[in-house]
Amino acid sequence: MLSKRQIFSKGILAVAPHMFSVIPFGIVCGAIGIELGFSPVLVYAMSIIIFGGASQIVFLQLLSGGASALIAVTSVGVINSRHLLYGAVLSEYLEKLSFIKKLLISYLVVDQGFAESNKFFQKNRNETHLHYHLLGSGGTLWVCWQISTLAGIILGSFVPEELGLKFAVPLTFIAIVVQDIKKLDHVIVMITCGLSSLLFFDAPFKSYIIISPIIALFVAALVLRLKK
Amino acid sequence: MTWFTIIIAGIITYFMRMTMVALVDRNLLGERVKAVLTYVPSAVFPAIIFPGIFINDYGTFIEMNDPKIFGAIIAILVGYFSRNVIATIISGLFSYWIIIFLL
Repeated sequence: MLSKRQIFSKGILAVAPHMFSVIPFGIVCGAIGIELGFSPVLVYAMSIIIFGGASQIVFLQLLSGGASALIAVTSVGVINSRHLLYGAVLSEYLEKLSFIKKLLISYLVVDQGFAESNKFFQKNRNETHLHYHLLGSGGTLWVCWQISTLAGIILGSFVPEELGLKFAVPLTFIAIVVQDIKKLDHVIVMITCGLSSLLFFDAPFKSYIIISPIIALFVAALVLRLKK
Repeated sequence: MTWFTIIIAGIITYFMRMTMVALVDRNLLGERVKAVLTYVPSAVFPAIIFPGIFINDYGTFIEMNDPKIFGAIIAILVGYFSRNVIATIISGLFSYWIIIFLL
């Protein structure tokens, strides 16, 4: 049985490599906000209040492009709705926590933290202090996100756009799913999701980000039925 | 006004994170749903990966000889064999930079 501290450190170590993409992306996020003409305090406050990379950029781009507040809020809601799926997966491992702890830990659930902690949970179902892994991974991502968006706000236009740092984002997620390309069922689900996301890319409110996972999960259900 | 909008967006985002963890009883999900949920990472992350590679900043498809496709292939190969996250990200970024800056 691992101690709370051991599990917490494992959470930190599991997401640490993703900093190679989170930090550049955070810097880009902060810099874009300033470039679009928003006040530094406002751009930074989003990192605390919303705490969701892509949705923060989309939100500011929409507002600066003259979109209504309703459209901006709806888009953020749609983009971040994938967290409902993460929550549904994690709830199995967080069931025993008190209601207050569930409320607090939820704030820290983001893509990479979910992905890495979920991998740990699947292999260590019987540990008692599982949620410390999520505290370690989510907490690390939170701190780095705050620092890197702040850095982007301060550095602003010094960040050379030609570097294409946003490309680090798909790379970090490739690193997360790449071992599953050994499994045919997972490959089918991944390709379904990927192709759907390109097909529905122009759907309103960036809804491709939730439409394609839903299609892919239906395909997963079919695959499961065929496997039996 | 912008502040108010951000706070609403933040509350909605928080609810997306919290609802399934704290408000929905897990026993409401059937066994089949739970089995399908094990596919969530494979069903969600390609929706971030594919557009991040194949669609540019202006929302249009890239050419088939775009350096991002090359970078992604290198990252997949390096990631698969090294099982190392840092190597995956760095190899993808560097192969992309080599093409756009040196070739």
